[in-house]
Amino acid sequence: MLRYTLKRMLSLGLSLLAASVVIFVAIEVVPGDPASYMLGINAQPDTIAALREELGLNVSAMTRYITWITGMMTGDFGTSYTYRTPVVDMIGDRIMISLPLAIYALTLSTLIAFPAGILAASRRGSVADVSVMGVTQLGVAVPNFWFAMLLVLVFSINLRWFSAGGFPGWDKGLFVGLKALTLPAIALALPQASILARVMRSSLIDTMSEDFIRTARAKGLSKRQALWRHALRNAMIPVLTIIGLQFSFLMAGAIIIENVFFLPGLGRLVFQSISQRDLIVVESVVMLLVFAVVLVTFIVDIAYAAVDPRLRRRS
Amino acid sequence: MKHTTMKLALTSALAITAGMAYAETTDITIGIQLEPPHLDPTGAAAGAIDSVVYANIFEGLTRFAADGSIMPALAESWMISEDGLTYTFSLHSGVKFHDGTSMDSEDVKFSLDRARAEESTNAQKALFAGIDSVEALDATTVRVNLSAPNGAFLFNLAWGDAVIVAPESIDDAKTHPVGTGPFVFTNWVQGDQITISKNADYWGTPAKLNNATFKFISDPTAAFAAVMAEDVDVFPGFPAPENLPQFEADPRFQVLVGSTEGETILSTNNKMPPFDNVKVREALAHAIDRQAIIDGAMFGYGTPIGTHFAPHNPDYVDLTAQSNYDPELAKSMLAEAGFPDGFETTLKLPPPSYARRGGEIIAAQLREVGINVEISNLEWAQWLEQVFRGYDFGLTIVSHTEPMDIGIYARPEYYFQYDSTAFQELMEDLNAATEPDDRSFILKAAQRMIADDYVNGYLFQLASTTVANANIVGLWQNAPTQATDLTAVYWND
Repeated sequence: MLRYTLKRMLSLGLSLLAASVVIFVAIEVVPGDPASYMLGINAQPDTIAALREELGLNVSAMTRYITWITGMMTGDFGTSYTYRTPVVDMIGDRIMISLPLAIYALTLSTLIAFPAGILAASRRGSVADVSVMGVTQLGVAVPNFWFAMLLVLVFSINLRWFSAGGFPGWDKGLFVGLKALTLPAIALALPQASILARVMRSSLIDTMSEDFIRTARAKGLSKRQALWRHALRNAMIPVLTIIGLQFSFLMAGAIIIENVFFLPGLGRLVFQSISQRDLIVVESVVMLLVFAVVLVTFIVDIAYAAVDPRLRRRS
Repeated sequence: MKHTTMKLALTSALAITAGMAYAETTDITIGIQLEPPHLDPTGAAAGAIDSVVYANIFEGLTRFAADGSIMPALAESWMISEDGLTYTFSLHSGVKFHDGTSMDSEDVKFSLDRARAEESTNAQKALFAGIDSVEALDATTVRVNLSAPNGAFLFNLAWGDAVIVAPESIDDAKTHPVGTGPFVFTNWVQGDQITISKNADYWGTPAKLNNATFKFISDPTAAFAAVMAEDVDVFPGFPAPENLPQFEADPRFQVLVGSTEGETILSTNNKMPPFDNVKVREALAHAIDRQAIIDGAMFGYGTPIGTHFAPHNPDYVDLTAQSNYDPELAKSMLAEAGFPDGFETTLKLPPPSYARRGGEIIAAQLREVGINVEISNLEWAQWLEQVFRGYDFGLTIVSHTEPMDIGIYARPEYYFQYDSTAFQELMEDLNAATEPDDRSFILKAAQRMIADDYVNGYLFQLASTTVANANIVGLWQNAPTQATDLTAVYWND
């Protein structure tokens, strides 16, 4: 298990290094100068030059890469060009929304998907199965931003139970914060839950037809006992993979939902920074997201090994 | 029966929440589309900064009134010397910055000198170019010496970029702005909102509101939902004009439609063939149906213009008839200029919807007369690089939102590259003229000159559309500068 973990860690480190180079190069080649953007169309060339100097944009790309990467290792992500505040603070603030939102959505999606998937698999062909399949089919097909707008229309504009968006801040209390994240979390969770439920169902059905289940049944276990004791654990591998992917997606990909609910999350920060050519913020956030994705993959890999002893032995 | 009870319960719940909302009628929530990058109006061009701070937090020597006229602000009065070279300002006494330090002539000298300094990052540095020296005569008297007469000097000082700041607090102004205005900066939750509160020690008429929160809502659909759910009380520059009729029909809201300083033009690269031929530019002007663009792209909000000047200005000359929509005339002019079969060019569009939607319509109209345009959609940063600094474009659409900016036509290096000595001389005359009648005469001549030269396609004046709760009084209807002036705003109970 230790060797397996170390190997996974080495690949984690290499992925990060490669990603940092790709991100830096990709963003550096994007045309557009942050100083001209900030000063607008009436600015004189000498003013733009003065601002470029102030922002430290006049040094070579190589120097900037090295400053960036070494700074990042010590937790210093640099200073945003446009906001002039430390990038690490900005990311810190945004993560306090994106991370809880992702966890909230994932929890909802798991809470919906697991029972639904298990129910559908255990009563294959029944009314319950058909309805789960039908609803999840719809859930996968409905775009989440459209669903989000529908939620706003019903719960904010008509019923007035929730505000239409925005985030009051955690200092207003846990309940207030969670309430503000509820509609976005539901909008994000619905498609995820649908996918997860379908994967859960098919994985469980596959596992139930395996030889070891037949053996277990032959030993006298009921179908239900065999499912809960043996099949479920074995069916978890693809489900875990999907959960890992979904978590990464929720961290980075909630941007459209963040726009619909005007939540100050990471996705909107990236979006805003790209249009303002606040390159240092884009680079740092993207790098952080890559780190999160790689880390989640790493954890999922370790989790595979935990549920499947064969993976441990193989390495 | 059950339904009725439910309904009753809901209605009473709503009534309670509504009652709660009415209890706090000294607070206001304002939706704005863009978040300011920082809050120092003297260090960036972002209009979003002025949307929050202009007149509320920071004040200049003069300021724009709601109708665009110039009013005294920190300067109580001024005297202009006979030769127009010396302005002596008397400042209000007893004015304090929000940090408690007093505002005096040294701060004025500091602010003006800082804005025109060599290492200045003021986006409108040109406003201060004519200043030769600034002298603090005594605590409340400042003398500004100009190197040449400048009839627009008091106007220039009203810009948000010319506000008075203090040397002690300017370094932190980007995150903690300290001004002299009726509101003090309280809090900024980045990405979400900025809060300002009433300044109890304000030198002038105090604000009527206690707190104002600016919420950043960029998505038009989200903006609609936020206003409908009454999460925001006011939304200046409402981004979805298609929804305005719905607000107009709803008694809970008022819709204020006014004008802005934004001349929206089909900018033409005057140095690039075939646009270097005035006949081609004239043909272009006749190929465009302005009203179709206003209706199609702006849902009817906007005033047609025939030159680069704001229609609400008393000196405006209506020249729209000179470039009336006449595709047949356009075709014959193109033929005359040597392009009987038209030509191909590029149309590069920045992100605002007036450009993207308007661009599609213009492309279709130009196709009618044989001009094939290749549309490319650019982000602002790309637009600045390619179009504005790189001159790499045939046509583009952009709204020039700076007030009184006809002077850009005197800059041959300015991106549309109109190089006319006659016009440049006219602008020199304008700067030298201080008599209102002379200035008016010159401004009218300037409008005619650029219309006669068909420098750009003049489309429409951008409308200012504000949606607000019906009980709010004192909002600006027009937008003579980008601002959300809350100094006179209150709730009518």
